[in-house]
Amino acid sequence: MYRMSPRLRAKRVVFLTSAVSFALLFLALFFSSSPTASALPPPGGSVRALPAFARKYGLPCSSCHQAWPMLSPFGQAFKDNGYQLGNERDAPIYQNPAYWPVTFRITPIWHRENENRTQVDGTAGPGTAEANVTTHGFDLSGLDFHTGGTLAKNVSFYVLPSSDSTASFHFETVMARLDNLAHTSWLNLKLGKFELDNLLSEKRILTLTNVAGVYTNYHYQPATENNGVNAAFLPFVFGIGDNQLGMEVMGHSANDRTRYSVALISSNDGNVGLPTSRSYGTFITASQAFQVGGLGLQRIGVFDYIGEAPTYFQFTNGNTSGIPGNAAFGIPGTGIGNRNFYRAGLIGQIYIKKYDVTAMYFHSSDDKYLATGTPSNAALATIPLAPGAQNAIWNGALFESHYTYSPQFIFIQRVELVRMSQQALPIVAGTPYTPGVSVPTANFGNEDVYTFGGRYYPFMSSRAGFAIHGEYAFSHQIGTSPVSGQNLDFSSLLAGFDFAF
Amino acid sequence: MRTMNISKLILGIVALLVAPIVASAQQGESHIGKVSGHADAGRQLYFRYCWGCHGFRGDGNGENGQYLNILPRNFVAATFKCRSTPTGTLPTDQDLFNSLERGLINSNMPSWIVLTDQNRADLVAFIKTFSPRWKTEKAGDPIPVPPEPKLTLESIKHGQQLFQKLECWKCHGQEGRGDGPSASTLTDSSDQPIRPYNFAAGSRFKCGTTNHDVYKIFMSGLDGTPMPSFADVVKPDEAWDLVHFLRTLQVTHKSPELALWESTKEGAEQVALSKVKGTPTGSGVEQ
Repeated sequence: MYRMSPRLRAKRVVFLTSAVSFALLFLALFFSSSPTASALPPPGGSVRALPAFARKYGLPCSSCHQAWPMLSPFGQAFKDNGYQLGNERDAPIYQNPAYWPVTFRITPIWHRENENRTQVDGTAGPGTAEANVTTHGFDLSGLDFHTGGTLAKNVSFYVLPSSDSTASFHFETVMARLDNLAHTSWLNLKLGKFELDNLLSEKRILTLTNVAGVYTNYHYQPATENNGVNAAFLPFVFGIGDNQLGMEVMGHSANDRTRYSVALISSNDGNVGLPTSRSYGTFITASQAFQVGGLGLQRIGVFDYIGEAPTYFQFTNGNTSGIPGNAAFGIPGTGIGNRNFYRAGLIGQIYIKKYDVTAMYFHSSDDKYLATGTPSNAALATIPLAPGAQNAIWNGALFESHYTYSPQFIFIQRVELVRMSQQALPIVAGTPYTPGVSVPTANFGNEDVYTFGGRYYPFMSSRAGFAIHGEYAFSHQIGTSPVSGQNLDFSSLLAGFDFAF
Repeated sequence: MRTMNISKLILGIVALLVAPIVASAQQGESHIGKVSGHADAGRQLYFRYCWGCHGFRGDGNGENGQYLNILPRNFVAATFKCRSTPTGTLPTDQDLFNSLERGLINSNMPSWIVLTDQNRADLVAFIKTFSPRWKTEKAGDPIPVPPEPKLTLESIKHGQQLFQKLECWKCHGQEGRGDGPSASTLTDSSDQPIRPYNFAAGSRFKCGTTNHDVYKIFMSGLDGTPMPSFADVVKPDEAWDLVHFLRTLQVTHKSPELALWESTKEGAEQVALSKVKGTPTGSGVEQ
């Protein structure tokens, strides 16, 4: 008769316990749902990592990535050098003629999304009630096709057609760059559509959920904006995390400790076809890194975006709505009535051996016309600028920490906070939020986001990247539920395989 | 008397016991200026950055080694090109540290200047654990480099004569393009074909960029390659003359030596012949 050894028996018990626990967790998540059917979008966002570079240079992913896709200082320097290592082997002439620098990335996942106050049909009519809605299931991220590298020594490029999860493509990045102009690393010129030189790159973010797949502070706009009360108002959307169309001059010291960049971009949030106006914005950033004993490389930096955005179209076409200047019929590129906005901040990246933390402070403002959704031409305003309206001003903070146990295992934690310091609309206590008129509280629209996760890379290679990803994120916003004006919460749980080849 | 002998015996036994421990501790460390590197920390860095080429065992058989046309260094053999020490000896910690900081041009070894000094020191300490040579041998004493004499035309011309006399041209070619008659026959210590350095292609050398570095290269030789040490053949003053002449072969790189050489009719003609319009890496030719 076969008898299991005590050691084998113990192993089997552990395995069975683990399997049952996982199954129970899975079932609990499955049946804990409230009414399903919300069309919450699958996680999206285009993120970057290029095994094509690893294949070209023979370096493992972990050389350039602290944890793929997040760059290590060496990877950042490689990028800053125009995807060149500088050892006279960068030009394509040194590659096998069959080498084609292309990588794809996609992430099959299971995820669960919850919104505590989704607008639903009620007894009073369509969209008059709120419900706690949960949905979950297996899903896909979008697909990215990365190509990048050098066209010649000191001439580099990056082209990234990217799709959403339905395979609808757009150009996420298209740029060429002249590197080391005048034989100095301090002068490099980039032209095209590219990520701003954010010191904490959103395109290399380690989190993937709907809630935390982007940095909230990079995209935050006050809840009073784009409120729909003025048909002539040209919707204002901007995020420093979005890839932008423009040109950038950047430079860095030989060891990449000191970096700067100045970008002049079209003020259309990276949308092609000159859809809005003829205005521009400027993004400036500078940073300095220094080493502290054996702790690692520390970096501090500043950034500032100053831009303007149109509030209405000069010309409209095909306007059959009967509303003069209806923005839905605006002729692309004729947006006028520009108003200013800015995003500024500080960043510190602190390394304490395997533990690192990034802290960011944001200070932002949108002009009162942008912040209230009002065209600056009074003749076009359905609801004129509210008496007492003022520029919206808010502050933000981000704390992201990682514990990199090894190049194969990283834990991720993040907290983001957004606090309105000046509402664009007058505060009328005791009344619900009335778009274009008033807000109920000074903290209307404040937002907190908490994220936890981990990524495990079963193998390290110079050929492909693969990660087993798990993450939970939760966001809480004050007073912005669509019907009752109560607090709005989102949560997102995700597990999946993230791979690139 | 007897007590004294017993004391000596005990001391001897203690020394025998302690010596391997001390040697082992030294092998796990590196010392570069005020920075001390530790092999344990270096191990983590090695398995993040280096193993893909140099391999898990440090023998140069990483998964990418087979695709590289200059094979990655075999740390087990502990034969290093860039040294300040005599040929055949181990390099100093500073030599290894400098190689990490500088990288090796015309190879896949990049510059790791982005890493911190501590990181590079830790890597040096770990690299030294691969070879038993570090347990039994000490690093060689750095070759003394006398102060560089004043640059003169005579110095360049004497260097040119030495270039002929020492038959440097056989490998490097008369114009220093790495196309001498022996160039195609050269192999390194791994029996892999190896190209002599092409002076006309750039300003950087495998083991440095300064005149001081060039001096060290041919006085120490590049171990593991056909480039020998000339320390026993060339006197220090002559070595500097050779340095001055070699700089004139770098026709795409502005230097005082080239400027002085071009100021002569003979030099100007030679430089003009050597200059080829185009990008020195061969990545394209200006039309």
